[in-house]
Order: sequence, then C-alpha cells, then structure tokens
Amino acid sequence: MLRLHKVSLSFGDRAVLRGCSLDLPAGARLALMGPSGCGKTSLLRIALGLQAPDAGDVILRAARASAVFQEPRLLPWLSAEENVNLVLSDGPATLDEAGAWLDRLELGDARRFLPAELSGGMQQRVSLARALAVGPDLLLLDEPFKGMDEALRGRVLRLISDSLPEAAILLVTHDAQEAEALGCRILRYHEGRFEP
Amino acid sequence: MTPRLRKGLTALGVLLFWVLLWALLARLVDRDLLLPSPLQVLQRGGVLVCSGAFWLTTLWSIARVLAGIAAAIVLGVLLAALTERSALARTLLSPLMTLVKSTPVASFIILALIWLGRSVLPVFISALMVLPVVWANVSAGIAGQDPLLLELARVYRLPRLRVLRRITLPSVLPHFRAALSSALGLGWKAGIAAEVLTVPQRSIGRMIYESKLYLETTDLFVWTAAVVVLSLIIERLLLRLVARIGRKGGETHAAAA
Repeated sequence: MLRLHKVSLSFGDRAVLRGCSLDLPAGARLALMGPSGCGKTSLLRIALGLQAPDAGDVILRAARASAVFQEPRLLPWLSAEENVNLVLSDGPATLDEAGAWLDRLELGDARRFLPAELSGGMQQRVSLARALAVGPDLLLLDEPFKGMDEALRGRVLRLISDSLPEAAILLVTHDAQEAEALGCRILRYHEGRFEP
Repeated sequence: MTPRLRKGLTALGVLLFWVLLWALLARLVDRDLLLPSPLQVLQRGGVLVCSGAFWLTTLWSIARVLAGIAAAIVLGVLLAALTERSALARTLLSPLMTLVKSTPVASFIILALIWLGRSVLPVFISALMVLPVVWANVSAGIAGQDPLLLELARVYRLPRLRVLRRITLPSVLPHFRAALSSALGLGWKAGIAAEVLTVPQRSIGRMIYESKLYLETTDLFVWTAAVVVLSLIIERLLLRLVARIGRKGGETHAAAA
C-alpha cells in the first residue's frame, strides 16, 4: 500500500530523516511518535507526494488515499457539508451522504455552517468526516484530534476504527493512547529513522 | 430610519447640493453657450431621450465599449492563466502591460487610427485600457490561491474542473470584481474618448464632437450626463453578474449561523 525506502530529508544543515524506511501493507496500522520537529509531518507529506525527499523512493499504491492534516484545510467559502461533499461527487446527489458523515462526527447541527462559524475542534472533525467519506484504503492522520476533549476523542477514534476496518492507517501523534485505540503499531523516532 | 434609506437620502442631498451650486453658477454666468442651467439640460435631455436616434446612438456606443471590455476580460484571464504558469511568459508580458498602463490613451488612439478602421478603434481602445487591469488582478488572484487547499485537491485527486470551480474561481473572483470595478469606468471613458476623436457613425462620441463643433453646449452636457449614467448602470449590472457567478461557484448552500 505504502512503502518508503531509505528516505532522507534535510532542512538546510539539519537532517531530519536519514535513510528512513517504512512499510505499510494493506490493512496495517502504524503510528509515528517522536519529538516536535523530528520529521513526522514531513514523512507524511513525502508519502502523499506533496514533498520530494532529498533521497530515497516512495511507492504509493492506494486506490483512495485520504488525509487529515494538522490544520483542517476547509474551503472557507463552502459550508461544512459542502466541504465534505467536495471529495464525493460535489453535486446534490451526495450531499445527504456528506451530511450523514457530519452526523456521525456529531456535527449534524453544523451542516450548513461556514468553517469560520465553527470552532477549531469542530473544523477538524469536518476534516475527519471528509477523510472518512471517501472510504479510503489508506488514511494518513497528522495529529487530527487536537481541540477534542477526551470523551469525544474516544468516540471519534472508535468511529474511525469501525468505519475503516480494512484500511491501512498511518497516524502521527504524541499520544500513545490514540495509537493503541486505533490498533496501531508504534514506531518511535531515533536518529533520523522510525523504529519499533 | 434604515441604513439604506439614510444612505439614499445622503446621496440625494449631495446631488441636490451640487445641482443647486450648478444652477447658481449658471445664473451668475448667464450664458447658455458657456454654462447651461440644470433645467435647460434636463429639458433638452427629455427631448433627446424621446427620440429614437438617441437610443440607437447610445446602443451602438454601449455595444462598442462592451465588446472591447469583453475582449479584454477574455484575453486578460487567458493571459493571466498563462503568465501564472510560465515565468518566461510573465517576464515577456509584464513590461508590455506596464507600457500600456503608462502610455497616454490619446497616443494609442492616434496610433490605432493609423492601423485600424474608425468603427473598430473604440473597441480596441476600450480593450487596451481594460486589459492590463484585468490581467494584473486575475494574476494576483491565481497567485494568491491557498497552497494548502491546492495540496488538499492533490491528495483527494479532485478533477481539474472541480479545482477550478471550487478553489481557483472563488480565489480569483474578489480580484476580478475589483478589476471590473476600476476597469469598467476606464474602458468606458477611453472608448468614448476614442469615439470623439474618430467620430464613427452612430456614436455618443460623434454627438459630443458635433455638440462642440456647433457650440451646442446644452447637448454636450446631455451626452456627457448620458455617458456618466450609462457607466454607472453598466458597472452595477456587470458587478451583479460577477457576484451571481461567485455564488454559483462557491457559497451556494452556506447559511449564516
């Protein structure tokens, strides 16, 4: 599904990834943990093809990849349900489906709200709804639970697990409990690589 | 009193003030040839407006100027798309646009008079004046697209048309609206100025020119007033049209909290 082979990346003189390899077969779940700025997000960006590594290879074989970034990345001129619908058909035929995903993320009352009318945590849930709506076979999550209280976070984690029983998941987090709740094998940052 | 009513009354008050000042000056000057009174202009305007020739003349001028503006919009948008994709195209085109913006319109009119036919010239001049403004603003809009949203589109493999409609268009529209707002008046004035110098058949510019030639100052005022009023109406209509396109592209279902 996703394979990174000896990927290296530097920011100026600072090498963050040094020959980092990672294998995420279909249905597997991995969590990347490490200090801030160690290159977790960069690794996700490289995996998604949004950033080119200095060296190494990336093989991505997902039919439907989706991602939740640290920032919600919602289109400010579209309502919550339109933002979700954007990755479906973007037409009226799937608007209800988009709304149903918002319901599952406890945002049913906010369907027609613009992102600016939602709190940061609510925006992040819209972003999660969008990621889940496409039915991905690969889901990349970059600290997606910011701004959620513990109880809500638990419910959202369960929803992700239940909705995508067979999807491969790559999670970036600082919280081992989140990783465990999703059934992820934890890889920790060590000298430019992520190791068990 | 609603804010809208207050705004309307203020505008009416301002208009009344200037009309009264004009009337006072006309009485002081006391020569129609130099400064006709508002009442004389209104009466003459009434006579002209009731004639079929007035509308035919006006429609032809509107058609010429709008053709120029439309051509400039199409070309400006296409060139902006090109220059935002190609650094070479931008390097080549930027000085040309600066040249067009800083050259006096009269120079272009005289030059174009040598190259083009009289009836086409106002179209060309309107287009030339509007083009750099549309190009610069649309370029700014395209360049100002949120890179994070474009990344999102890549991750979800959104079709190109959807990206254009949902991300590019809403990003560009505010810039496009600003361009239209400033360029329409410019295009309209330049088009009429070109008509005055080239005097094509059935044109407001010809009527202004003939008013000057035969010292019909009242007619000159009437035609000038027609230019101002038409400019305002066309600007309003086009901006409303752009706003409608914006709603279709973006904020279709969004409702306020």
